[in-house]
Amino acid sequence: MLEQQLVNALSLGSVYALFALGFTLIFGVLGVVNLSHGAVFMVGAYAALQVINHFGVPLWAGLLFAFLLCGLLGLAIDFLVLKPLRARNAPHLIPMIATIGVGIAINSAMQGLFGAENLRFPAGTVSEESLTLGGLHLTALELGIVLLSFVLMGALMLALKRTQLGRAMRAIAESPKAAYLLGINVEGLFYLTSFAAAGLGGLAGVLIGLYSNALFPLMGQPMLHKGIAVIILGGLGDVRGAMLGGLFLGLAEVLSIAYVGSDMRDAVAFGFLFLVLLLRPKGLFGSLQERKV
Amino acid sequence: MEAFDNFWAVYSNLVLTLGTNALLALSIYLTLSCGMLAMANAAFMGIGAYAAALLTMNYDAPFALALAGGMAAPALAAFAIGQPTLRLSGVYLAMATLAFGEVVRIAILNTESVTGGALGLNGIPPSTQWWQVALALALVLFGLWRLNRSRIGRAFEAIKEDDTAAGLMGIDVAGHKLLAFVLGAMIAGLAGALNAHLTFFIGPNEYGFDRGVEILTMAILGGINGLLGPVLGAVTLTLLPELLRSLNDFRLVVNGLILVLIVLFLPQGVWDPVRLRQWFKRQGGRA
Amino acid sequence: MSHLLELSGVERHFGGLKVLQGVNLAIPQGGVFGLIGPNGAGKTTVFNLITGLQQPDGGSIRFDGRDLSGLKPHQITRLGLARTFQNIRIFKGMSLLENVMVGQHSHLRYGALGLLLASAGFRAQEQRARERARELLSWVGLDQQADEVADKLSYGEQRKLELARALATEPRLLLLDEPVAGMNSAEKVEIMAVIRSIAARGFTVFMIEHDMKFVMGLCEQIAVLNFGQIIALGNPDEIRSNPQVIEAYLGRDDDEAGPAPSQGERA
Repeated sequence: MLEQQLVNALSLGSVYALFALGFTLIFGVLGVVNLSHGAVFMVGAYAALQVINHFGVPLWAGLLFAFLLCGLLGLAIDFLVLKPLRARNAPHLIPMIATIGVGIAINSAMQGLFGAENLRFPAGTVSEESLTLGGLHLTALELGIVLLSFVLMGALMLALKRTQLGRAMRAIAESPKAAYLLGINVEGLFYLTSFAAAGLGGLAGVLIGLYSNALFPLMGQPMLHKGIAVIILGGLGDVRGAMLGGLFLGLAEVLSIAYVGSDMRDAVAFGFLFLVLLLRPKGLFGSLQERKV
Repeated sequence: MEAFDNFWAVYSNLVLTLGTNALLALSIYLTLSCGMLAMANAAFMGIGAYAAALLTMNYDAPFALALAGGMAAPALAAFAIGQPTLRLSGVYLAMATLAFGEVVRIAILNTESVTGGALGLNGIPPSTQWWQVALALALVLFGLWRLNRSRIGRAFEAIKEDDTAAGLMGIDVAGHKLLAFVLGAMIAGLAGALNAHLTFFIGPNEYGFDRGVEILTMAILGGINGLLGPVLGAVTLTLLPELLRSLNDFRLVVNGLILVLIVLFLPQGVWDPVRLRQWFKRQGGRA
Repeated sequence: MSHLLELSGVERHFGGLKVLQGVNLAIPQGGVFGLIGPNGAGKTTVFNLITGLQQPDGGSIRFDGRDLSGLKPHQITRLGLARTFQNIRIFKGMSLLENVMVGQHSHLRYGALGLLLASAGFRAQEQRARERARELLSWVGLDQQADEVADKLSYGEQRKLELARALATEPRLLLLDEPVAGMNSAEKVEIMAVIRSIAARGFTVFMIEHDMKFVMGLCEQIAVLNFGQIIALGNPDEIRSNPQVIEAYLGRDDDEAGPAPSQGERA
């Protein structure tokens, strides 16, 4: 029934939102479409899996490890690849192309290291319990995903709105040069953003890995495509839009699986993306601010 | 002659793939030379491949007709989506075309009765011969060369530099962008049609994101400063996996790294006449 | 008598801001017409509206009697209007000759067949375009460097190139947006002579400028724009002594320095 579908959509949508959030942060603050975000997402899932399998740690430790490892990976990518391109003042598309290369390298390296077959988290990683509330069924996993995602997103929104750090990041999103002239440590915030965004991506990877119970080297690719759809739906660079867009996409996908058939599931994201780009490039929710370089 | 026959028996596919890859690199070069990063050429290649294969398999069409169909179908698709999509620029255009590529792939997957869905099309007649690939490449190179030496080539370059100023020079910017897009689609479709009749089998996954990235890498690697660049990039990227056979899965890692390194250190690509000229000057000075 | 370019009651808003209100201008054929006004008065917007980069929110713009509303920039250029930019927009990667030849784009009429086969018609037209480009470069004194890349030119030379390129579209009306901004006195004198010679050849020139001496020395008719409205119209003497104009510039003299040091002299 519809309400149950909505509940399913909530958990799927919040992971999409979490992924899109990292993606959008990088675009908003660094001005780069980071197409290696999907690979980072996948690394998070694998990292948590490895550490849980080999050291038997609880899930929360796996999540933490994934966050930190991916954060460092994102930082490395920024330092090694994006920073030199910043110094050169390369036009927007160049860093994007570079991140495509990074993504391919990481995806293929992981395939070489771990093989192409599906892996799964060991049984018992997440409790099998579920909650029944007024006729609606929610597994512990779904509940956990929704809670974690909303807490993280809420914290991020709060940080952006209320803290000095958040204000600085918003200033950079508007105009890096102006922010620099105001004495903001722009370069430092670039590093921080890369770290945080990649960390969030890694977390999203673990959550999807648990949700779909399948890890494979290319799992980040469909996510990447959906992430692109989401941030354009929500308005490029708009954090709130990314979250709403993710939830919206989750809903659209779940409903389409239920009422149209699962084959067209991936087409939903692209169908919307295409329509939005043609009819309202600014996105359904966002208003595109032209970035003053 | 026997040595050649042996060589050909082993490597004919590789050489012909070199040709089709060169066509693909040239197809994206065309849109790049107009200032557009359009990542739909893999999808156009797929449309051309399927159109041509279906013509030869289901309708016993002569090869030339199949090739024509393989060029016309993507051209029509490009014309249809071009008008609204090309209004977008930069990042938006890249993403819209990537999305289009995915839509095509999903459409192919979901029209099993016609396209064979996920299983693809098998048993395509092996009609492609070396002279056809060579002829196609020669004609495309000639056509692009003539284009570059005309007002259309100058218009493309002007649009790439500054499309507002180009418009104020009397250039119909939207029309020229559409032209580049449609021509690029035709060339990609031709490559797809030729390739399909070389590999006997085509499937939807061959024309997705990975292929799109490969095409882009060939052009970026070789450089888009002239016609030779994309061809050089295609040759390098086609031969590289052969040379790196032993690396297996890590082959693609090299692909990815090449893209990053080129972007970082050789932004104009390998074939960069300006840099080469400077390099030669320095060499000459020492002698 | 109808003028070459007519703006009637042109309005342009931007959000709540009225950038232009009720602007009326009539530019006759032949001669040099100037538009001056303090910074932010809306001058460049007038040019943007005329060339179709933006659409007016009210009023109409007619060129040679023809309404320009809804036309795209390239269509307006083909009617005979050409423009240069305040912040120079030459094609840096192309040679000077190629830059100017781009301006000839709409005057080349060969089709796909001609270009592919290098037909006689194609070759003749290309040759003609090349010769015309060289000629125009010589008008601005740049013909010696025709084959050099535009990137290598000095600031003043780039402005001259833009002029030559605009002329290549064979316009009847030439819109010059601050043609001497950022130039030293010697360069300004040179450009003044070039523009005079262009006007003498029959082109109508309409320019925006801040340098008063330049404008007074060159223009037969001057319009003054302040806060989006035309406050004065007349010949240089009339404008010089118009109290409203003087007030608009906050009491500055109509001397060499121009309205304000920050605008008259740019590094």
